[in-house]
Order: sequence, then structure tokens, then C-alpha cells
Amino acid sequence: MLFRIYRYDPDKDAKPYTKEYELELGSTDRMLLDALTRIKEMDDSLSLRRSCREGVCGSDAMNINGKNGLACITPLAELKSPVELRPLPGLPVIRDLIVDMSQFFKQYHSVKPYLVNEDPAPDTERLQSPKDREQLDGLYECILCACCSTSCPSFWWNPDKFVGPAGLLQAYRFLADTRDQSTSERLDNLEDPYRLFRCHSIMNCVDVCPKGLNPTKAIGKIKDMLVKRMV
Amino acid sequence: MSYPVRKFDAVIVGAGGAGLRAALQLSEAGCKVAVLSKVFPTRSHTVAAQGGVGAALANMGDDSWHWHMYDTVKGSDWLGDQDAIEFMCREAPKSVIELEHFGMPFDRNENGSVYQRPFGGHMQNFGAGPPSQRSCCAADRTGHAMLHTLYQRNVRSNTHFFVEWMALDLIRDESGQAVGVTAMEMETGDVVIFHSKAVLFATGGAGRVYASSTNAFINTGDGLGIVSRAGIPLEDMEFWQFHPTGVSGAGVLITEGVRGEGGYLLNKDGERFMERYAPNAKDLASRDVVARAMATEIKDGRGCGDESDHVLLKLDHLGEELIESKLPGIREIAKKFANVDPAKDPIPVVPTCHYMMGGIPTNYRGEVVSPAGDNKEAIVPGLFAAGECACASVHGANRLGTNSLTDLLVFGKSSGNSTVKFLKENASHKDLPRDAGELTRERLDRLNSQTNGESVAEVSAALRQTMQKNCGVFRFPELLENGVAEIKDVEQRVMRTEISDKSKVFNTARIEALELDNLIEVAMASLVSAEARTESRGAHDRADYAERDDQNWLKHSLWFKEGNRLDYKPVHMDPLTAETIEPKVRTY
Repeated sequence: MLFRIYRYDPDKDAKPYTKEYELELGSTDRMLLDALTRIKEMDDSLSLRRSCREGVCGSDAMNINGKNGLACITPLAELKSPVELRPLPGLPVIRDLIVDMSQFFKQYHSVKPYLVNEDPAPDTERLQSPKDREQLDGLYECILCACCSTSCPSFWWNPDKFVGPAGLLQAYRFLADTRDQSTSERLDNLEDPYRLFRCHSIMNCVDVCPKGLNPTKAIGKIKDMLVKRMV
Repeated sequence: MSYPVRKFDAVIVGAGGAGLRAALQLSEAGCKVAVLSKVFPTRSHTVAAQGGVGAALANMGDDSWHWHMYDTVKGSDWLGDQDAIEFMCREAPKSVIELEHFGMPFDRNENGSVYQRPFGGHMQNFGAGPPSQRSCCAADRTGHAMLHTLYQRNVRSNTHFFVEWMALDLIRDESGQAVGVTAMEMETGDVVIFHSKAVLFATGGAGRVYASSTNAFINTGDGLGIVSRAGIPLEDMEFWQFHPTGVSGAGVLITEGVRGEGGYLLNKDGERFMERYAPNAKDLASRDVVARAMATEIKDGRGCGDESDHVLLKLDHLGEELIESKLPGIREIAKKFANVDPAKDPIPVVPTCHYMMGGIPTNYRGEVVSPAGDNKEAIVPGLFAAGECACASVHGANRLGTNSLTDLLVFGKSSGNSTVKFLKENASHKDLPRDAGELTRERLDRLNSQTNGESVAEVSAALRQTMQKNCGVFRFPELLENGVAEIKDVEQRVMRTEISDKSKVFNTARIEALELDNLIEVAMASLVSAEARTESRGAHDRADYAERDDQNWLKHSLWFKEGNRLDYKPVHMDPLTAETIEPKVRTY
């Protein structure tokens, strides 16, 4: 199988280039990450992030044949050769497939992604019905891989002003939590021409999410909450 | 020229569950703390925990921390320290409730309380049964939910993280006190001395010493390598847990929660074989017992598949609805990594290296202890450890499922509290020793100037094969002896690794070479400790010594890098307030 991989090391390269690797696939090479691990054994200068190799840590997001995804859960059998690998689009490249995710995390942090409940803590758990808990399904599972935000044109143009699908999904995760008391502050924080309303429902985020989550739907629900609050 | 110095009250190395829980105590107490992590915190391996966190909340029926304690002591095959086990089981309910208050999205019962599922080795009535539902969970993504919740709480507390910084070496002054660490910023390759009054290790496990492992790539035992180079021993390193249900061929974990929810194992004859090995607990016996039973079935020719090299985990009878609500993550994993939909077909599984019971020796307060003179447990001032990298010891010779998350919550907090107390009592920084950073400089210079060396990938593979072949589920004297000889050879090769990439910028080749320096200490400690222990206890099962030997071996192993030697210390048989649980024959 032929791999064409974006390479750039600011320490020695004047500009990025594409390097080709030909790899004979073995029986244990199931996922793209298996192939990348073997390529790295041949060329130790190839740099990428990876950790859990089972799609839960979110480290190895990259652009695979034009679409964002996680290398560790992308089966090689489903890929067209040559496999074109590029860093996630729209973020500064540190080296090879490694991007600077500061802006992405800054937006995540900007939604105050933690439970706010100022009541004195009871001795037991705060009760929540199974139905109320169900509201968090499809939200809390986000692994912060950034596949969604870096596939979103609105995030490309305004990464400093638009929260982006990942951050907004988490904003709604706390709005939807019956234990949280910060609803109006959370909505104030998003009521802005850019932070929320730059989402134009292009739905690239839904298309690429490796966990099958739906940020567009969550964003719609936040917009509904804002509308309801006005009337 | 020495490295630049940055000053903090405390440095925490590692931002998984234990590191994040400890960091909260320090941040909220107003301490100036630096938390170093090789990866963004939510990428730490706690994220992969599935089945739940053990705590006797009694939400599903009768339960008590005394029963949890009994199960943990029995699970440990009596090698666990009973003071630490009492502390963990007593504190567990409080720790879980606290986590719920932080926002953890636990599954719920109809009355709104936290849902708990059964898990292996957890029983009511001091082991007599029936099984206790003690595992508090968020579907089969408990670790993910917990890690994110703890990170989020730290965002609220403004904890100062150094993301993608790898700690390299511990700095101790002449008295032995911990006064800081050296660490490399991965993006720039710059090395900095973090000068602190206290250092807390929470670097997690080292499952990457085995060729087949459920562990993430980052689990390279960094804290263990670092302290062993600094003269501190490693405890009980012969005890490695093989999780019964790793996906055959891929190594990816399938939670014990599958069996907790009613799944069971089958051999090639379609027999539910655990009934023969553990008539009472069956598929919910302790992990060491189930892993051995599976390995025996495979060894005796009753394995499944063309190679007869695995058994099957059946859960389709639970129904698609239950699988989708309680086990959605494993359904996803089985589809991806085993090409089966478990709602229809069984999953091929094999015992796979999963957890390190041993680690950096600590007491139940999270203070690191090391022999000094006649005292086998002298406190190392300024040094703390918690979570999988630490050995308190609560897991002894075998850990119960759910107790790793319990461990990191309880001891993350207690070690954080101990650090805060230490900082109050030690207001000023001790001076750095004159040679601070020298060891790190030597290691980096050696790596940069090495010629005619071997590739890191080759030597790492040799290390993993040595462990896999010689130190597995069943242990044989000739293999252990062979393993010690082989790993000594690998050690020589580790000292001559060469990288072709010399870039300063995000050089992952260099990182992997530095990780190998830690893996080799872990592997050496494991093989040397295993060869010496001539008994079978928990996860250490020797063909030539089939029985547990309390007369000679009711003691903890301590391996020292210097001289590659062993020492031993007694097991704490006295709990803090409860009565001693006396050793007896362990059956399930």
C-alpha cells in the first residue's frame, strides 16, 4: 500500500513537502495506526501523536484521504491507495502530522466546561432520574480529538471568535445537565454574533465525528434555548 | 552550563485520574503547583477504563465497606496491606459521591441514585455471597467520564498544566529529600529543572513491557524508571494482571462489566467452563482465576478458532437493548477490532496484560517509603506517589476489577492532602544539589552522540518479547531464569540505542528512546522479582511451586536498580480500625 504523508520539520525544512512510503501490509496491520507505527519503525523522523489505539483518547486525529478521522480506528481495508495523510486543517502545524491545538482548547475552556452548582453539597449523590441522565448521552462521550472543529469552515475563518462544534457540544452538555445551575450565564456567554451564531449548519462536524456524535443538533438546541429565553 | 530553573511549591508528574485528583487538593489549597503530562490530560490512560469504580454505596442492596475490604484482601491473595485496604474501602463511598458532585455523569437508578453493577470478586457477607452490585458506572465509559470530569474540575480551579512535557529524572539533595525533577518540553526539546518542595508521581502503569497489552502507548512506567534511577526500590513487580478479556489479536480491552451484566465465557465445545474452576462465582471470579482457567482451556486444546488460541465471550442473550444502553462502547470495539456484533455473535478473547499491581512503595497516605537502616519503611521527605504507579499496597498479588479507579480517587486525594501538609510544614525550598540535572544531561548527550547503535523499535520489541515469553500467566523456572538472562542482554542494548532524528522540534523518536530507559527498569524488576519468589500467589503462578507459601513468602518484594538486588518487607496485617482478615485458602 502506498502512503503519501505531509512532512514538515521547522528545524530543518524550508517548507512542507510530501513523502511517499510503500508498505507491504501484514496480517496484523488492521488499522491505519498499525501501518503508521510500522512506517515510523522504518523512518523514526515521522512525527504523530498517538496513545490509546482504540479510539477513546483522541490523540491521533488527522486528515485521511481528505476527511478528518482517527488513525487507530480507521481500517486500512476501507482506504483507497495511495493514502493521503495531512495534519488536521486550519490549525498551525508544529511538525508533520502534529498540529498546535491551543486555539481549539482555548475555545473548549471558554464555555466553562464544568458543573456549576452552588448549593451546599449533600451527604449523598445529587439525584437525577434515568430520563434526565439520558439527556447527556451523545454529549459527554466527546473525546476532544478536534476532527469536527477542524472540518468546519466557520472555525477555519474565525477560530478565535467562533467556539466551534466541539466546544458548543460541551456547552450544551452542561446546559442539558439537570444538576447544573448556571443556565443563564452559559447562554449569556454564547449570545454573540460569532461564538454560537457562526454555525451555519453545514454539518461537516457530524459527518466526521469518530464517535458518531451530533454537534449540529446540540447547537440547534442551544439556539432554541436562546429563542425561548427571549419570549 | 546547567538547565534553566523554574520554581513551584510542588510538581505533579502525570495528569491521569490520580494526578488530576491530587492536583485538585493542591490547587484548591492555594499551592503553586505544576502538573506535567506527556499528553493533554484527557488523553491519559484512565480514559480507557470501562466497567466502573468500586464503592460500597449500597444503592442496589445491602453492602458495607467491611465487605469491600474483605473482598479486596482476599482478591490480593493476602499480599495487600490491610491498613491501606481499609483506608481505601472506607473512603471509597465519599470519593465517589464527591466525584458525582463534580459532575460525573453516572448511570442512574429509577430513584435517581447512582447505578451499580456486579463485578468479579465483589461479594456480600464477607465473601459468602451473593454477589454485590458495587461498581458505579457511566455505561462502559466510566474512565472516560471520570477523567473528563476531573480535568473539568481542574479547569475550574485554574490548575497550572504543562501539557506535552515529559519528566526525565528526579532530583534529590544530599539528605535524600526530593527537591524537583528535570523535564523536557516536547514541542521545543528544551529541558528545564522544576525546583520544588515536593514531587508527586502519578505516571500510571507500564503495560507496554508486554508484547500483547490492553495498555496505551504512553504506559511506559516513567515514574518507576525515574525513581529507580534515583535509588528508590520498586515493590512487588512480579505481580502483573492479565485481564481475561482482551480482544484476540488486537489486545483491546473488553470490560469485565460484560460478565457483570450477565455475559459468560465458552470453550470450543460450547461449555461454560468457569463453572468447573469457580463453582460459586463462575465467570465473576477474580481476574487471576479466570485468566488461568482460560489459559488452561487453551493449553489443553479446548480453545476456539483455527489456531485454538482463544475462547469466546458470549453476551448476545442479554439483548440488543441492554447492550446498547449499558455496553455501547464494547459493541463499538468488538465491531471495529473483532469484526463481530456482540448483539449477535460472541467475541474472541484472550488473557492480555492489563495492570501492574506493584510500583513505587508508599504508605496509605501516599508518602513514598524506602528502606533506611533498620527501618524498611522510612519516609522519603518530599516524595509522594499515587495511582497505578504506586504500591500502597492495596492490590497485593491481584487487583479486583473496579479497584483501580477507586485507588486513584482515594489515594490521589490522600497523597494530595499529604503534599499540602508537607508544604505547610516545609515553607522554603531546599537548595538544589550542585549536580542537579547531570543525569539527564548524560542520558541526552549519550543518545545524541550514539553511533553504530540499534534502533529503539528493535530493542523495544526484544524487551516486550522477553517479558511476553518468560513472564506470562503461567511461570516456569527455566523460563524465568532464561528471562533474567535475556533481559540483562536487552539492558546492554538499551544503553546503545540510536535515533536518526536529531531535531529539536516534537521529536517523538527521542521520546520513545527515553521511554525505553524506563521500560527496561520495569522489565528487569519484574523478571528478577518473579524468579526469586518461589511460591504461587495471585497473579504469580509458578509451575514448580504450585501453592501459596505464607510461611516464607507473606512479604513484599523490593527491587533495587543499584546492584540489581532484592530486599523484602512484611505485609501490614493490621488494619486501622477493623479486625485482621487472617489468611486462608482462596476459592471462588
